[in-house]
Amino acid sequence: MSLATATDAPPARDNLFSHARHIMAENPVTGIAFGLFALLVVAALIGPYVVPYDPLASDTAAALQPPSATHWFGTDQLGRDIFSRVVVASRLDMTIAVASVALVFVVGGFAGLAAGYFGGWTDQIVGRVSDTIMAFPLFVLAMGIVAAMGNTVTNIIIATAIINFPLYVRVARAEANIRREAGFVQAARLTGNSELRILLGQIAPNILPIMMVQVSLTMGYAILNAAGLSFIGLGVRPPTPEWGIMVAEGASFIISGEWWIAFFPGVTLMLAVFCFNLLGDGLRDLVDPQRRT
Amino acid sequence: MNIRTDIAHGANHMQPPLLDVQDLTVEFATRRGAVRAVEKVNLTLGRGETLGIVGESGSGKSVTSYTVMRILDRAGRIAEGTITFGGVDVGNASESTVRALRGREMSMIFQNPRAALNPIRKVGKQIEDVLIEHVQAQPSDAREKAIEVLKAVRIARPEERYHAYPFELSGGMCQRIVIALALACRPQLLIADEPTTGLDVTTQKAVMDLVVELARERNMATILITHDLGLAAAYCDRVMVMEKGKVVESATAEAIFRAPQHVYTRKLMRATPRPGIGLRDLLPEGTVPEAAPPMPAAMPAKTGEPLLVVENLVKEYPRQGSGGGFAKLFGRSADAEADAPFRAVDGISFEVARGESLGLVGESGCGKSTTSMMVMRLADPTSGRILFDGEDIGAMPARRFARSSFRPRIQLVFQDPTDSLNPRFTAARAIADPLMRMGTGLGGGALRARVEELAGLVGLPTQFLDRFPHQLSGGQKARVGIARAIALDPDLVVLDEPTAALDVSVQAVVLNLLQDLKVRLGMSYIFVSHDLEVVRMLCDRVIVMRAGRIVEEGRTAEVMAAPKADYTRELLSSIPHPPL
Repeated sequence: MSLATATDAPPARDNLFSHARHIMAENPVTGIAFGLFALLVVAALIGPYVVPYDPLASDTAAALQPPSATHWFGTDQLGRDIFSRVVVASRLDMTIAVASVALVFVVGGFAGLAAGYFGGWTDQIVGRVSDTIMAFPLFVLAMGIVAAMGNTVTNIIIATAIINFPLYVRVARAEANIRREAGFVQAARLTGNSELRILLGQIAPNILPIMMVQVSLTMGYAILNAAGLSFIGLGVRPPTPEWGIMVAEGASFIISGEWWIAFFPGVTLMLAVFCFNLLGDGLRDLVDPQRRT
Repeated sequence: MNIRTDIAHGANHMQPPLLDVQDLTVEFATRRGAVRAVEKVNLTLGRGETLGIVGESGSGKSVTSYTVMRILDRAGRIAEGTITFGGVDVGNASESTVRALRGREMSMIFQNPRAALNPIRKVGKQIEDVLIEHVQAQPSDAREKAIEVLKAVRIARPEERYHAYPFELSGGMCQRIVIALALACRPQLLIADEPTTGLDVTTQKAVMDLVVELARERNMATILITHDLGLAAAYCDRVMVMEKGKVVESATAEAIFRAPQHVYTRKLMRATPRPGIGLRDLLPEGTVPEAAPPMPAAMPAKTGEPLLVVENLVKEYPRQGSGGGFAKLFGRSADAEADAPFRAVDGISFEVARGESLGLVGESGCGKSTTSMMVMRLADPTSGRILFDGEDIGAMPARRFARSSFRPRIQLVFQDPTDSLNPRFTAARAIADPLMRMGTGLGGGALRARVEELAGLVGLPTQFLDRFPHQLSGGQKARVGIARAIALDPDLVVLDEPTAALDVSVQAVVLNLLQDLKVRLGMSYIFVSHDLEVVRMLCDRVIVMRAGRIVEEGRTAEVMAAPKADYTRELLSSIPHPPL
């Protein structure tokens, strides 16, 4: 079908800023998600310097106080300010999420691209590796990796990256496979591009939009995974402020009525995951030039 | 412009027309406000009448017909006007009323027949589904009726084809099945949207003959939407020409061809390749730039070594499903013929002289694209030699050829300008790609200057260089593709149906551009095409291929004037000619 828009002359390139503004105007949910994301980033960057209390300082006199003007989110069993702890924890949780996703984005994305583009043995090896990973319940696999390799933040990052590996491989492989024989790939061969250059210079940028969606989805999942590991006592150790640990610590106090200890870190965790899931669509629109009409 | 199309046939004065569209205006909501795709279109169509709607892409011809069927996508809406079909006000009718009309009273066939069929269901079953859905058959006799329907659309061996899957049938056969589906409920109106685009000329003729014949048999009204004036004129009673959403002319087919009234119709007719004219005649009157040299005479046959010699070239593909593990496992020895690999190119030899353009003509599956891919060194031949400038380039594997010193000297212009440009690269980046990979190490300003020079050569204004492909029109994208191909001053350019995806008026400009560039840069062309008229205008010599073999070869003028092979004659006679 011939679209009517083809008749009027296309405008010059919009700049990224006005394009972003347009996307948010078109879909307000994306705007909310970007707002939440900005808040998370700010909290992670400057949180530790601006919080009202030291997140590690205990004050038994002020233990188990409900939310009030002095302690916005209340205090826990050791009298630590929950608001300060929630804000400070965002840095650690975001670091784990960003680092693990960045790792798997590069490794999984490249493996998938190569598998889809070259096929043959590359495809067999990459495919079998990701099948093996998929064969385990993913959270149990992450638990196993951290337990075996040791209880450090680095190992949580690696474990989270490994369980997300098959997701990236599959998306990248499918997308690269479609484009393997596309006209512009043939054209690139004719202009003397090496196979590796075609893969990274021609195909990879075209897969970026869909990979961005994957990134934001797995980002939420990575946060949840990190919190889950600390919740069961693996990974980050108390007294380090971390959302999962805080929920775990607060869980036993819910029955006695001190709900705020688990509630506020839990809600923050939920909002963070929610924000990344919503962010996916907006990110795709932002990086796809075809949306820039 | 309001031109009422009241040239109805005598009988239709008695009864109201089957389809009556008055002042139809369709708007699409876009980011930059509403865009009018169709403006004040009037048309009437009586029973048994055939109306051709002709126009280039963006003219609103498809939108008009989609609106009649009420299958516009969500962004589109009828802003003004009425559509009356058999007394029903389609424009304002409820969705359920329209749904009852669709399929039963009016049907549509689309451009890509394979996409319109369910790929994993036997075609016979698909016909049965439609028959049962519209209570034309009972499950007990559905099979019988489906075979009858297959017979009606002239499918040979219908009992056998009943069990075929769409992928087992040719494009023309699939389009016949789609026609069978569309006509299963004996609708009163058939809308055919570019039904033969993408089909071979001989198939096109068969399909169009069938549509017209069935329409006559059933006294059915037909709307044929096409970009091809010749096709519309050959098969329609009346022709309506649309430009930018408006009807510019509407008259009987003969009248339009004898005396086109509107400037646009004249321009369209001029641009349509036809016998007895040259490339320059395709351009609109008065636009042939003075700087452009008069049509250069056919290159004098240059003496000396030919640029390209192809000797006994063969490309084999293993047959699917033959000699497979299971067949062997069960001791079923496939007979020798089924075991022999399929020969896409079956031992062909030809030469291309320096500065010559050679046409490679044939229908889909004849091996012309495979041949060009092997010459391009994107595919490896099974046997045979490809001598380029005396060197056997066929011996080097295609994978390694990208690094060869011969790579810059053989370039390709792709069939689909959209598909061949990376959607993430700007036009400038696409043109610069070969320069960056194989050029002389131009950097920064010099590179940009060379890109702008190339853009100037192909007539692409420099302000378009920073746009992405989706912001360019088809003709502009074609120019980018050509600029990229000539960036390294190649000796041989293979043109793989470079204008197949373009409107005729754009095709006219691009063909002239290619001819000028060839003379100016002293290149040789291999022009792969299914369109004999285009080949005649651009090529010195032509090779006609069929089933992997060369059936005829000679100077283009001679082959076209006095074809020796039966197949060439058949090809020539299948080109739709306007009734003159």
